[in-house]
Amino acid sequence: MTQKVFIALQDNDSARYLVEAILEDNPHAEIQHEPAMIRIEAEKKLVINRTTMEEKLGRQWDVQEMLIDVISIGGGVEEDDDHFILQWK
Amino acid sequence: MSAKNRKLNLKDKYQYLTRDMAWEPTYQDKKDIFPEEDFEGIKIKDWSKWEDPFRLTMDSYWKYQAEKEKKLYAIFDAFAQNNGHQNISDARYVNALKLFLSGVSPLEYAAFQGYAKVGRQFSGAGARVACQMQAIDELRHSQTQQHAMSHYNKHFNGLHDPAHMHDRVWFLSVPKSFFDDARSAGPFEFLTAISFSFEYVLTNLLFVPFMSGAAYNGDMATVTFGFSAQSDEARHMTLGLEVIKFILEQHEDNVPIIQKWIDKWFWRGFRLLSLVGMMMDYMLPNKVMSWAEAWETYYEKSGGALFKDLERYGIRPPKYQDVANAAKNHISHQAWATFYQYSKATNFHTWMPDESEMKWLAEKYPDSFDKYYRPRFEYWDRKQKEGERFYNDTLPQLCQVCQIPAIFTEHESPSVLSLRQVEYNEERYHFCSDGCADIFNDEPEKYIQAWLPVHQIYQGNCDGSNVSEVVSNYYNINLGKDNLDYDGSPDQKRWQEIKNNGSK
Amino acid sequence: MAVEIRTLAIEPIRNTYGHTARRFGDKPATRYQEASFDIEAKINFHYKPLWDPQRTLNDNARTNIKMVDWYSVTDPRQYYYGSYVANRAKMQEVAESNFSFCDKNNVVENLNENLKNDLLRLLVPFRHMELAANMNNSKIAGDAVAATVAQMHIFTAMDRLGMGQYLSRIALMIDGATGQGLDKSKDYWMNDPLLQPLRKLAEDTLVIDDWFELSFVQNLLIDGFMYPFVYEVYDKIIQKDGGVCLSMLTEFMRDWHKETQRWVNAMCKTVYAENDENKILMESWTKLWIPVIKNTFLNLANEIGCVESLNEIESDLNCRLAKFGLIVSGESK
Repeated sequence: MTQKVFIALQDNDSARYLVEAILEDNPHAEIQHEPAMIRIEAEKKLVINRTTMEEKLGRQWDVQEMLIDVISIGGGVEEDDDHFILQWK
Repeated sequence: MSAKNRKLNLKDKYQYLTRDMAWEPTYQDKKDIFPEEDFEGIKIKDWSKWEDPFRLTMDSYWKYQAEKEKKLYAIFDAFAQNNGHQNISDARYVNALKLFLSGVSPLEYAAFQGYAKVGRQFSGAGARVACQMQAIDELRHSQTQQHAMSHYNKHFNGLHDPAHMHDRVWFLSVPKSFFDDARSAGPFEFLTAISFSFEYVLTNLLFVPFMSGAAYNGDMATVTFGFSAQSDEARHMTLGLEVIKFILEQHEDNVPIIQKWIDKWFWRGFRLLSLVGMMMDYMLPNKVMSWAEAWETYYEKSGGALFKDLERYGIRPPKYQDVANAAKNHISHQAWATFYQYSKATNFHTWMPDESEMKWLAEKYPDSFDKYYRPRFEYWDRKQKEGERFYNDTLPQLCQVCQIPAIFTEHESPSVLSLRQVEYNEERYHFCSDGCADIFNDEPEKYIQAWLPVHQIYQGNCDGSNVSEVVSNYYNINLGKDNLDYDGSPDQKRWQEIKNNGSK
Repeated sequence: MAVEIRTLAIEPIRNTYGHTARRFGDKPATRYQEASFDIEAKINFHYKPLWDPQRTLNDNARTNIKMVDWYSVTDPRQYYYGSYVANRAKMQEVAESNFSFCDKNNVVENLNENLKNDLLRLLVPFRHMELAANMNNSKIAGDAVAATVAQMHIFTAMDRLGMGQYLSRIALMIDGATGQGLDKSKDYWMNDPLLQPLRKLAEDTLVIDDWFELSFVQNLLIDGFMYPFVYEVYDKIIQKDGGVCLSMLTEFMRDWHKETQRWVNAMCKTVYAENDENKILMESWTKLWIPVIKNTFLNLANEIGCVESLNEIESDLNCRLAKFGLIVSGESK
């Protein structure tokens, strides 16, 4: 059986950078566009890296800033200064 | 350099900024400070193993939440100033909002109360702080929903008294008893019920359909508050998962207790969500996805991954999961048929789906709709066209636990009503399913207390001897204005005026 | 040139919700009104709580105070969630820039060692008092039976957590973000005889069951001593001892207390004016707790040499009480 993790984001400007960063760091991720919402799912694990986001945005970025745009998640969460990770172990 | 001279990392720093402020009491007995932590039988050996779900200090909390609120209220203001209600797909859509405001928003407030309470009850400060943060978030949701619907209330009927109705109206005792059940339980069961079973396992089935429904039907105010509220939900869901893992890791004796609660709260949540199912399949003029599809995506797929992950603790998927999975093809139709009949006693309108909607339902439910539901719906539709719109004036038998009328059918035979009875202290109690009967049998002394609206009406406790008296005196629902069929309603007339003026 | 905005003029069929209209009339309501009044469940609860089987959920009897309508207690600031976080976000922005100023200029690092130690012993331990206040206010928010009352207390609960975190950050500036300063400060809290009456006071509040008594004791009486003592009197002593800029790091607390007194005063005034039973209870709590609280701070006042200020604080507090009619004869002298 597959074990997908997912993150759903509001379809807005700041989320576009997040989506770009996620897709770059998680080549196995699949993206689905729904009304006002973007859903990204992946087998087992999804990572958001602070450094990738900072490259995309050209500024400092705090991992917790993602909390403003996220709608829902599925999977266990691990969070530190540099990453936000969703995964099933 | 010794370990102690190193700068703290995020995790340790957060611990210093939260749980390290707590201390082991010596002037008062710990049991007197936390008297409600033990009675459920959950064994916690070491609260220091608690993993903080999101490490938000208050300064960041204020900052991020203020930013969210600023965006949200800017949209509410614009929505009201531009009469945004005129841009929705059809006025029938607003009935979904009536159901939401009277059925769900008061639960947000109840959640606030529940989390504030457990935010004091645990002796682990990490858990307390996480609960308190959820408490204030839930207050936020209750208030932003009130504000988002405020403009609709000025232009449509049935949204005018949500909290009053939630305390009284027959079908609203379904959500109310759900939350009363959780709040009257101990703190660990409350978290298993609300944080885990509801927030983590089932909340996507509540919010994503409602909000996507709003987006498909041109309701920007609701989309915005919904998604903005959901951004808090990510934190709440993480708390739900952490709390379950923490309790399970603390002691093996906790496993059977948690399993029992997961079974119970899965089933109670599933029953509650039949209201959402009918909203998705019948109340949205522009459909998003069917209830069955939502259940597959958000329960069968996501829940499957979750319970596979929890296997290592000795937790299995909820009992009667197979019954719920099979019922996805039926419950929305059964619920809508019920509300259609009892439309004299609701705060929203009902109607029969038109031909294109019937076609959509047949496509989405190839094995059930045409066979079991279409004939009855077409019959009712014919009767209505002949001027005999069907209303049921007898009061239904309610399930003692979920409080939904006995409308659901047997797992294997969808034309047979599912009814169960249990005798307790020489009284006979009625149930809609094995799931609900099990819940009763485990705690009969709790469920015999249930405030069952139909019994209360018969006992004369609801300001009236018949349905129409109760509806107007006790519920504060205006018969014929707030309810009955959508066709011919004041809402429909106003909507036609708006559309006619707009096209001039 | 006149700009004509073409929208369809559609008259509303009502101006506000029924529960709001019953209180304030059917006219456009404020956001505070729509979100704060009569939204809490009142009747027809299904099950008695397992943790308190004598009473129902949302039971008026979780305090001995009697009110015909708890919604007569309102917030003069008219905070609902959105306006609350907006205000705190502004306050935290100022605090953040103060902390960052002190950080950049090594303000705390450059303090003399004696003062640093004094701060760990006499200022930072108040973070534990904040945590107790956080717990108490969370309990009250869970027990109060009107949303106007409950929301003020959950806001306060979160404020107290935040202020405990600001105090902790002062220690992290002292110890170079290693946590050693906080460990040392906590050791004082647990073991230093000077601080034990304070810790006992905190623990004693954690077993008060009556939620209104708890709010009265915590938010009026204890805070009425603690805030002026720590953030006015002791703050001046810190400045004299060389910590001139340190006040910047506790500015949030002073602003907060000034603001908070407004709703605490308003609440107590309304409840006291309601009936004689309430008056008697509030007077008895005052008589019971003021001497205890004053004694608790006496140790500290002796240590830092400001016993006189403590008497001033007490008389200020008595003036606050007298404003809503609560006059206690001078037993605590």
